[in-house]
Amino acid sequence: MRSSKNRTFFYKLKEYKTLLLMLSPATLFFVLFCYVPILGIVIAFKRYTYDGGIFHSPWIGLKNFKFMFMAGDIFNVTKNTLIFNILFIIVNTILEITCAIVLAELSGKYFKKITQSMMFLPYFISWVVVGAFTYNVLNYESGSINTLLKSFQLEPFDFYNKPVVWILIIVVVCAWKNFGFGTIIYLSAVMGIDPEMYDAAEIDGANIFQRIRRITIPTLVPTIVILVLLAMGNIFRGDFSMFYQVTGNNPVLYSTTDVIDTYVTRSLITSPEFGMTAAAGLYQSVLCFAIIMVFNTLVKKYDKDYSLF
Amino acid sequence: MRKKDVSTRVFNIFGYSLTAILAVLSVIPFLMIISSSVTAERSILRYGYSLIPREFSGQAYAKIFGFPDDVIRAYGITIFNTVVGTVLGLFLTAMTAYVLSRKHFEWRNKFSFLFYFTTLFSGGIVPWYILCVQYLNFKDLPLVAQVAPYLLSVFNIIIIKSFMQGIPDAITESAKIDGAGDFCIFIKLIFPLSKPVLASIALFIAIGYWNDWYLSFMFVDQSRYFSLQFYLYKILSATEALARISSLSGIHVGEMPKENIKMAMAVIATGPIILLYPFLQKYFVKGLTIGAVKG
Repeated sequence: MRSSKNRTFFYKLKEYKTLLLMLSPATLFFVLFCYVPILGIVIAFKRYTYDGGIFHSPWIGLKNFKFMFMAGDIFNVTKNTLIFNILFIIVNTILEITCAIVLAELSGKYFKKITQSMMFLPYFISWVVVGAFTYNVLNYESGSINTLLKSFQLEPFDFYNKPVVWILIIVVVCAWKNFGFGTIIYLSAVMGIDPEMYDAAEIDGANIFQRIRRITIPTLVPTIVILVLLAMGNIFRGDFSMFYQVTGNNPVLYSTTDVIDTYVTRSLITSPEFGMTAAAGLYQSVLCFAIIMVFNTLVKKYDKDYSLF
Repeated sequence: MRKKDVSTRVFNIFGYSLTAILAVLSVIPFLMIISSSVTAERSILRYGYSLIPREFSGQAYAKIFGFPDDVIRAYGITIFNTVVGTVLGLFLTAMTAYVLSRKHFEWRNKFSFLFYFTTLFSGGIVPWYILCVQYLNFKDLPLVAQVAPYLLSVFNIIIIKSFMQGIPDAITESAKIDGAGDFCIFIKLIFPLSKPVLASIALFIAIGYWNDWYLSFMFVDQSRYFSLQFYLYKILSATEALARISSLSGIHVGEMPKENIKMAMAVIATGPIILLYPFLQKYFVKGLTIGAVKG
């Protein structure tokens, strides 16, 4: 039995020789950059020494986790990450769906084409430039808003000393940069709807708002569920470039704008305590994995077609 | 011709104004950056940034191109990263997608899972960073360090794979009868047939490399290997830090890069994207549409 199974295995190996060879770069890539680091999470349970590296540093059990929770920052950055992601999901989804529906219904062909191109443009700009621009609009001495306030004889507003305002600022910047991208995805889903449905509804006397409510939105539900589910999977992750560049990594603003990714990356670069930083990274990975599993299972129970896997 | 009832008219007014406002808001920042880059410094300091230059001056550009060595070097590094990363990344992504789209390859689901799992669970950046720096020696290989980590993305593989699955089998069958091997079918048939989706994925990969500052930030210590965006970031963050120090201490700290020079640098770093955008935009949209419908 066993030998015949082996034989089919080797037979297949030979048959798939070329295909496997073609897969080898990708396999090597993912093993090297994803699976080796997964093995490397053992350092979260070790006291990292440079000479010992990942595999020969001494074990210290859960001490890194204990220190991490005792230091306390992790609770605040987790809270910030969650708050931002929930706001991003709500604001961006509503804005993107509204734009997609509006763009699909309007009739001016060139108007639609041009506005759509304009909306998509911010997606292609680097966060460094976005960060520079934010600074120029908001800074105390020569920022556009403050020069405007001063010209009306009003007190300038020191954004860089008011952490709470940054929740709003980052939500706006994130929406500004990404909504064009999301709009196009939703728009392509709207365009896939059979126009006869609209014609039939129109003959039955449905006005434009009824048509949107009864036809467009229900057919968008699968796309919305999948995109929100994808976003939920990253609810404990923050876009490092965005948070780092938009706030300019300003310590005054950490209380509201520091997310897990900026916290981990900063500790990684500034402190030699790799063990504790790795513990924070593992904590994040486990939260992400757990939440995507939970939500995917829930969605799957509701309707199998809507789930990711 | 649709008859326009009241609700349609209300909707149109709302729709046209919303779209127009959002579209204008999307591009205003660029206009302001461009305008400030050609505004005289004293006018910026006095009136702040504005949409139309109050006092035109080409001085910022003259100054940057007066000593262009650093900018040109950073440009060169970014062009290298973008070209090598895009060509290699696209080829590897397409080849992987091709294998995973072959129905007669019985192990394709196992490999798909092996790749897909990496999007669900990761070891975090610490082991990744240690691997890259200590074991792969990225700090001594700045050009490899700024290209290798972004070569493949699971998302791109899935999009290309679903496009390739849509190509009729009949096309490859006849080639197979003629004795063509899998690699040959990929290069001669499937790759050219996938051009529409490959064009947009290539553009997304290229944008990723062009806009990247993170890999320089993590792995590059020698300033002559800084990518363009990271070079820009260095200039900007140096001035912000200096400005913060001088406003806290009240001491004037040396001469900082001028506001209009910073903005001119931002224009130079973003320039190629803005210039190419109108021509390439339709490929981005096409790629997204393919991905959204099939994925």
